[in-house]
Amino acid sequence: MEGLRNKPCGGRYGDIVEAIGNTPLVELKRLSPKPGVRIYAKLESHNPTGSVKDRVARGLIEDAEAKGAIQPGQTILEPTSGNTGISLAMICKRKGYPLKVVMPDNVTEERTQLLRMYGADIVYSPGAQGSNGAVAMALEMAAGDSSYYMPYQYGNSANPDSHYNGTALEILEELDDVTAFVAGLGTGGTLMGNGRRLKEHDPSTLVVAAEPLQGELVQGLRSLDDGFIPPIIDLSLIDRKIFVSNRDSVVWTKRLLAEEGMFVGVSSGAIAAIAVRIAGELDEGNVVFVVADDGWKYLSSGVYTKPIEQLEAEGVLDSASFW
Amino acid sequence: MSTIKIPPVLRASTGGEREVAADGSNVGEVLRALASSHPATEAQLFGDDGTLNRYVNVYLNDEDVRVLDGLDTAVKDSDTLVILPAMAGGR
Repeated sequence: MEGLRNKPCGGRYGDIVEAIGNTPLVELKRLSPKPGVRIYAKLESHNPTGSVKDRVARGLIEDAEAKGAIQPGQTILEPTSGNTGISLAMICKRKGYPLKVVMPDNVTEERTQLLRMYGADIVYSPGAQGSNGAVAMALEMAAGDSSYYMPYQYGNSANPDSHYNGTALEILEELDDVTAFVAGLGTGGTLMGNGRRLKEHDPSTLVVAAEPLQGELVQGLRSLDDGFIPPIIDLSLIDRKIFVSNRDSVVWTKRLLAEEGMFVGVSSGAIAAIAVRIAGELDEGNVVFVVADDGWKYLSSGVYTKPIEQLEAEGVLDSASFW
Repeated sequence: MSTIKIPPVLRASTGGEREVAADGSNVGEVLRALASSHPATEAQLFGDDGTLNRYVNVYLNDEDVRVLDGLDTAVKDSDTLVILPAMAGGR
């Protein structure tokens, strides 16, 4: 059609839940270290509530509906440090399920507001215990009250399946070859679902996990016995697993903004750092990384406007929870 | 000698030291050297069967050795090992 600047357009959908997915894949020409290596960002921030978790939340709820585990009116309970809760809140509101989320109390104010906006109930867990604390508290609540339905994104195959049947297919629709796929390691859903599909397409595709190196303050409050490995993670599918400090995550978040004009969440800065590192080790090929969300929810932390030295001096890099 | 960075949770076992230098040609040898110089770390790092405890992640120059060659991963003199407890991420 004359005048249509970007094709294909985003599609036509019957409601907002159906509009999840079909996100753009954008090349980062300025950050690629070599001419033969192309780096692409899969902008999951373009989902209706602004994060990759829309896919997961839809998968979790549709899976529960298909199994007959939930009916409208059923209360859903889920541990989350934000994005899954926000996505579930939108979908549950739309479909008529009351939602209760368990969330660490040190997340940014924006996350609380978004959850309230969609009508979710929030139960706070101790921030020092991070996501582990939220998971433990939610499991305890679910064990003590059988009226809750807990989708449990950490242990539910509907989480990786939403990527296996969604994100990865969209990537392969646009690229014939994916040399390396880089995503953040949280629940493991993005890495497992995409990794499995991409390796089925080409077993030589490198699956690379970027994971957060918690600040010393956060680390100091935990013991080795607090360890937690999400049940859906199969380490044999991961070829490289590399940590990124909060400082480097913020530095790369700023670089994406300054050099590519991309306004992304801090975890996506970390993932980009690893994508560029992997790209530097290749001679040619396509490196795809996932932008899990955009920066709006982290504005109050000051990471986009304050210099890195100031953030360091204020202790933001040591105590904030960006993942 | 390679350098091992000690996480806050293990510092009570290293007399408060944040970094310990240790010899070894692979990750297993380096960690055994740490366990021999600071015996209180041994039970925290290794299980009864001599394998790395499930919730202990060891990183060689930022990379998790579990997806490399595990305790057999080769270590060079200038390398840095970081020990961290496994933690949940996710949103």
